[in-house]
Amino acid sequence: MSFEPVILFFVLGLLAGVVRSDLKIPGVLYESLSIFLLLAIGLKGGIELASYPLASIAGPALVVVLAAMLIPLAAFAILSRAGRLARPDAASIAAHYGSVSVVTFAVAASFLARQGEAAEGYLVVFLVLLEFPALVLGVVLARRGAGETRWGHLLHEVLAGKSIVLLVGGLLIGWIAGAEGIKPLDRLFLDLFKGVLAFFLLEMGLVVASRFADLRRAGPFLLGFAIAMPVAAGLLGLFTAQLIGLSVGGAALLATLYASASYIAAPAAMRIAIPEANPALSIGAALGITFPFNLLIGIPLYHGLAVRLAGNV
Amino acid sequence: MTPRKLLTIICEADLERSLADDLSALGARGFTITDARGQGAHGARDGLWPSAANIRIEVLCDDHLASAIAESLQARYYEPYAMVIFIADVLVLRPGKF
Repeated sequence: MSFEPVILFFVLGLLAGVVRSDLKIPGVLYESLSIFLLLAIGLKGGIELASYPLASIAGPALVVVLAAMLIPLAAFAILSRAGRLARPDAASIAAHYGSVSVVTFAVAASFLARQGEAAEGYLVVFLVLLEFPALVLGVVLARRGAGETRWGHLLHEVLAGKSIVLLVGGLLIGWIAGAEGIKPLDRLFLDLFKGVLAFFLLEMGLVVASRFADLRRAGPFLLGFAIAMPVAAGLLGLFTAQLIGLSVGGAALLATLYASASYIAAPAAMRIAIPEANPALSIGAALGITFPFNLLIGIPLYHGLAVRLAGNV
Repeated sequence: MTPRKLLTIICEADLERSLADDLSALGARGFTITDARGQGAHGARDGLWPSAANIRIEVLCDDHLASAIAESLQARYYEPYAMVIFIADVLVLRPGKF
């Protein structure tokens, strides 16, 4: 199994955080790097999207989004019944797991590129579509029966949030301009992508290390959930990929999307929409356990399973 | 120099937009927001990434408005969110502005 080197930057950040190094990446740089990554991922997807007829993607997209709804629903049932978490906490965590992590997606894409495994370019469209429905569903689950919700506020937070604006914006720019039109920007957005991803992962290592204290509050059930849930969701992703006929690379990417948990859009949206949920639990699980798990073990695992599944057909 | 109140709110950065709306609705004529870091009942708020960032909002106003803002925000945000509010006496040069 070949190793994706950008992950080593994540490990470095993690170690620096654990030994309490004075290494600190300023918040503004975090913001700047995430803006770059979201825009670049959108652009790449848009360029690829230009070579597919849009109508051919609509059907698969619907299947992908509907199947993905099972993830927050199952997560909520497991957390509130078996885990005995309070309704707001279970709903908020379910929303985090139902939504997706853009950086996990980016790492999976570069892992696959390194393996020489091609994937359908329009998966970025699925990335965008999977980002927000789970957040809305999470709020519905939290509010069922009681309490008022500022829906306008929440929908604005989610749909006008920077991840959606930049991903969709990049997608449209890439789609309109096409590969030739984007050429003058290639150096910045395509060539530098991996370097920026490495930088961002270094920062994420530091952030994850700073969340370790939250994990103690999470308890063994949530820790187990944070590993079992992505694997189960990954399997659902592989199954859905077969249903819509994705390539091996596409299946591995879709499994990674299903398995990943959001930590950019979800925490901010849930903090506003479900204030009584404890963010230490959802962020501890999604960022403290699931994100590193997917980076180090999950992505190669989903790819390996996708290869096996394809071999059996 | 005229006496006024300086109301300071330190809270989670996620609340910025919501608080800005509340302050305007309550009648504040202006406020200043700065990024902040620190530590307290909600653990280390180190500003490493958006969910761990704090802000400090300062409002200059008369004592009625300062009390009204403090009470309204306390009722709405103190329970679920990380928030501290305090009020200090200050002197201002242009009382008509605040």
